[in-house]
Amino acid sequence: MSSNTWIVIALILGFIITFQIAKASEYVAVLRGEDKTRKENNRINAFLLLAFLVLGLIGVWWCNEELKGKILGEAASDHGERIDTMLYITIAITGIVFFITQILLFWFAYKYQEKENRKAFFFPHNNKLELIWTVIPAITLTILVGFGLYYWFQITGEAPKNSQVVEVTGKQFGWEFRYPGVDGVLGKKYYKNIDEAASNPLGQIWDDKANRDDIYVSQEVHVVVNKPVKLVIYAKDVIHDVGLVHFRMKMDAVPGIPTTMWFTPKFTTKEMKEKYGPDFNYEISCDQMCGSGHFSMRGTVVVETQEEFDRWMASKTPQYIAALQAQRAAQPVPTPTSTIDTVKTPVASGQPQEFSK
Amino acid sequence: MNHDNNQHVHPEVHVTHGGHHVEHDGDGHHHHKETFLTKYIFSQDHKTIAKQFLITGMIWAIVGGLMSVLFRLQLGYPDQSFEILETFFGRWAPGGQINPEFYYALITMHGTILVFFVLTGGLSGTFANLLIPLQVGARDMASPLMNMLSYWFFMLSSLIMLASLFVQTGPASGGWTAYPPLSALAQASEGSKIGMDLWIVSMAMFVVMGLLGNLNYIATILNMRTKGMTMTRMPLTIWALFFTAILGVLSFPVLLSGFILLLFDRNLGTSFYLSDIYVKGQILPNEGGSAILYQHLFWFLGHPEVYIIILPAMGLVSEVMSVNSRKPIFGYMAMVGSLFAITVLAFLVWAHHMFVSGMSPFLGSFFVLLTLLIAIPSAIKVFNWITTIWRGNIRFTPAMLFAIGFVSLFISGGLTGIFLGNSTIDIHVHDTYFVIAHFHIVMGVSAFFGMFAGVYHWYPKMYGRYLNNTLGYLHFWVTLVGAYLIFWPMHYMGLAGVPRRYLDFRLWTSFNQFDNLNKFISIVTIIVFAVQLMFVFNFFYSIWKGRKVRSQNPWNATTLEWTTPIRPGHGNWPGEIPEVHRWAYDYSKDGRDFIPQTEPVNPDETKH
Repeated sequence: MSSNTWIVIALILGFIITFQIAKASEYVAVLRGEDKTRKENNRINAFLLLAFLVLGLIGVWWCNEELKGKILGEAASDHGERIDTMLYITIAITGIVFFITQILLFWFAYKYQEKENRKAFFFPHNNKLELIWTVIPAITLTILVGFGLYYWFQITGEAPKNSQVVEVTGKQFGWEFRYPGVDGVLGKKYYKNIDEAASNPLGQIWDDKANRDDIYVSQEVHVVVNKPVKLVIYAKDVIHDVGLVHFRMKMDAVPGIPTTMWFTPKFTTKEMKEKYGPDFNYEISCDQMCGSGHFSMRGTVVVETQEEFDRWMASKTPQYIAALQAQRAAQPVPTPTSTIDTVKTPVASGQPQEFSK
Repeated sequence: MNHDNNQHVHPEVHVTHGGHHVEHDGDGHHHHKETFLTKYIFSQDHKTIAKQFLITGMIWAIVGGLMSVLFRLQLGYPDQSFEILETFFGRWAPGGQINPEFYYALITMHGTILVFFVLTGGLSGTFANLLIPLQVGARDMASPLMNMLSYWFFMLSSLIMLASLFVQTGPASGGWTAYPPLSALAQASEGSKIGMDLWIVSMAMFVVMGLLGNLNYIATILNMRTKGMTMTRMPLTIWALFFTAILGVLSFPVLLSGFILLLFDRNLGTSFYLSDIYVKGQILPNEGGSAILYQHLFWFLGHPEVYIIILPAMGLVSEVMSVNSRKPIFGYMAMVGSLFAITVLAFLVWAHHMFVSGMSPFLGSFFVLLTLLIAIPSAIKVFNWITTIWRGNIRFTPAMLFAIGFVSLFISGGLTGIFLGNSTIDIHVHDTYFVIAHFHIVMGVSAFFGMFAGVYHWYPKMYGRYLNNTLGYLHFWVTLVGAYLIFWPMHYMGLAGVPRRYLDFRLWTSFNQFDNLNKFISIVTIIVFAVQLMFVFNFFYSIWKGRKVRSQNPWNATTLEWTTPIRPGHGNWPGEIPEVHRWAYDYSKDGRDFIPQTEPVNPDETKH
């Protein structure tokens, strides 16, 4: 018999035994006097509540010891540092509240368990107390909101002028990137121009000259250390989310509505590998449910020095060249002046939304 | 409503009720034309309808819980195969391993079932029906017929959802929030085919159930209170159910509109949510829609929904705590006020689910402020519950233990809400295990604890018998410890950024460090689930074999439901409906253990 069967049998047996004990305890209770049994149960449960408090607090400490080394190390971006600071402020404040309230709750439950000679205290309300625990949370939360919004506006504010712009497009189930090329401008695109066979995976409009030097890469994106990078985020099919766990950043990719986020990476991939081992990679995870391959929608970010980046960039050819080649392959005798067929429609989705202030 | 119509006294009482004639004798035995069908199936008695909601909810809870056991198997043992899965699920688990479509269908249905069918239908459906007429002193709901229809719409909705589990392409699998375009495009996912249409239709029926029920609850509370039952004399359960009903009436229609637009986008070629889409090699014609519009419509219900789930639990817990501490609930008016504040704020915080959706950060900042404001009424409630047990004389019935457990979980889960509501932190932990931990503790498990407190406490009223105590204690302790063991460590996974809705982490270098933890959580899940089955067994066994209730007021409580016979018939009170003279919380006042609401105020009594 398989182990599954044994587990099921064990469960059923456990069930029956537990039930028989429970049933018997009810008869015993009747024999011994229900009131006596009730009082005994009361004492046992009061003690267990206290035990739960003590063991629970030890458990909280132990869990922290076990797991604190497994959560991410130092934030790898400037925004990440701010988010971590906010996290620590919140942990400190909520931690205090957590310990005070849990200890009071279980201690009172234990201390004021039913006793023969105890009379409950008729205490329907007390305005002073109620005022205190309205005002103190209000002040505390004001502090948290204050810090939170201060960082929030720094993080979501306008990207610095010198930012490297990279376009990110999420699709089922992978990532595509576009660099603006030497002119520093991302050419216009229109989703109806998307044509994988014609090597135009993003729907670039080739009539727009700004497109002709744009570099297309997929799955792996390169950025420069200590230089702000601004991601302009699109999605082709369903909603995705660019999750950059080490940078502590995240932004949805929504079809039809471009979004942006920016941050400054602090450490190169190489530095991180030295610190966290050779397996380390800055991973891009999709953080918004996008279909059956959601869990495997992985990309990587390579953070490198400016020289390394320039060398990498120099090795890339614009997507326009690939598109021309694809067109030549399809039409053996190309007319020299013709460019690729384009749907001459303006970019429907407009410019990326940028929010400030 | 009818308390002056009843001239006859026990045992031959004629109760005019809703236009038809019901007779009771002393034993509550019905001997008129009531058939099995009208008594147990198409009953208009609010108590029977409450039981129907509860039992339907319990069946759903088993189904939904079992789904979580299945996907926890995958998460704990992604590399292992379980032949039994292939035996039962065939091509959904080839070689005994759950395939991605099946996994996503499981988590989607787990969420839908638990949030809507169990913790909305099963929780407020049960206790609003059971307690509103009994505690305000009414013979039944304002419209017993609508009330019955409400349940049958629930049943219809349930059957459609159940049917969707068996269609060829599987049930909806885009997450319980069903965000388009994923949920709108049949090409995008197997679950977005017919399963999604059934999901939407089922949810539409569910909204109809909600409206029929909630309007009834509001009408009953406002119009059918017995003589002397002013609003401020109502038990907190009724206040909580009242605000829950208002939330439901005002927010469910918005959800329905969102779903109908989705149905149009799916089947009629409209572009409410669709724009610029290239999917599976196909360019779609839709332009100009906004996928974010759906999120606004969804969360306009979706957020109040979590309060629809938690407010009834708060009401039940307040009542159970007061009764078993033998003390009045501390700060009754503050408790009502904070329920009201939560109700109002519930409508003003929805976009905190959308901080990283690309929504304007400026708009986001208002939602940060309003979201964190909710912590204030929540804090008031917690401190008031703690003060309620302070200097009490506490009886630890299983119901009371679940009430204490509720407060503990509500604190733990509520505090992590302060992390998520703060947009700066939300950027990092959004859609990670931190969110899973947060909402399971604060609204999943807590609401269940409130519900269990309610079931253990009012079971004697429902069935005239007690649940087995020993099994009750075991149920409580395993569930409390188990809930913390399952969800507490998940916060750490969330801080590490581990995304939700991943069925396998072996591909990743950033998220694969929790293998052992995942195994541990899966094992605890199975144990906790088994203990819930034990509770279900206890529930059904005790209906017929439980220890009989011999006293009319077994908990020595002040409220009106304990002035009815042990097994009340349709109409609740055989004689006149009692008159109320005081609030519901005169415990340990003037040296008396408790003073029922029906007792006139003695001029010498201390004022409060």
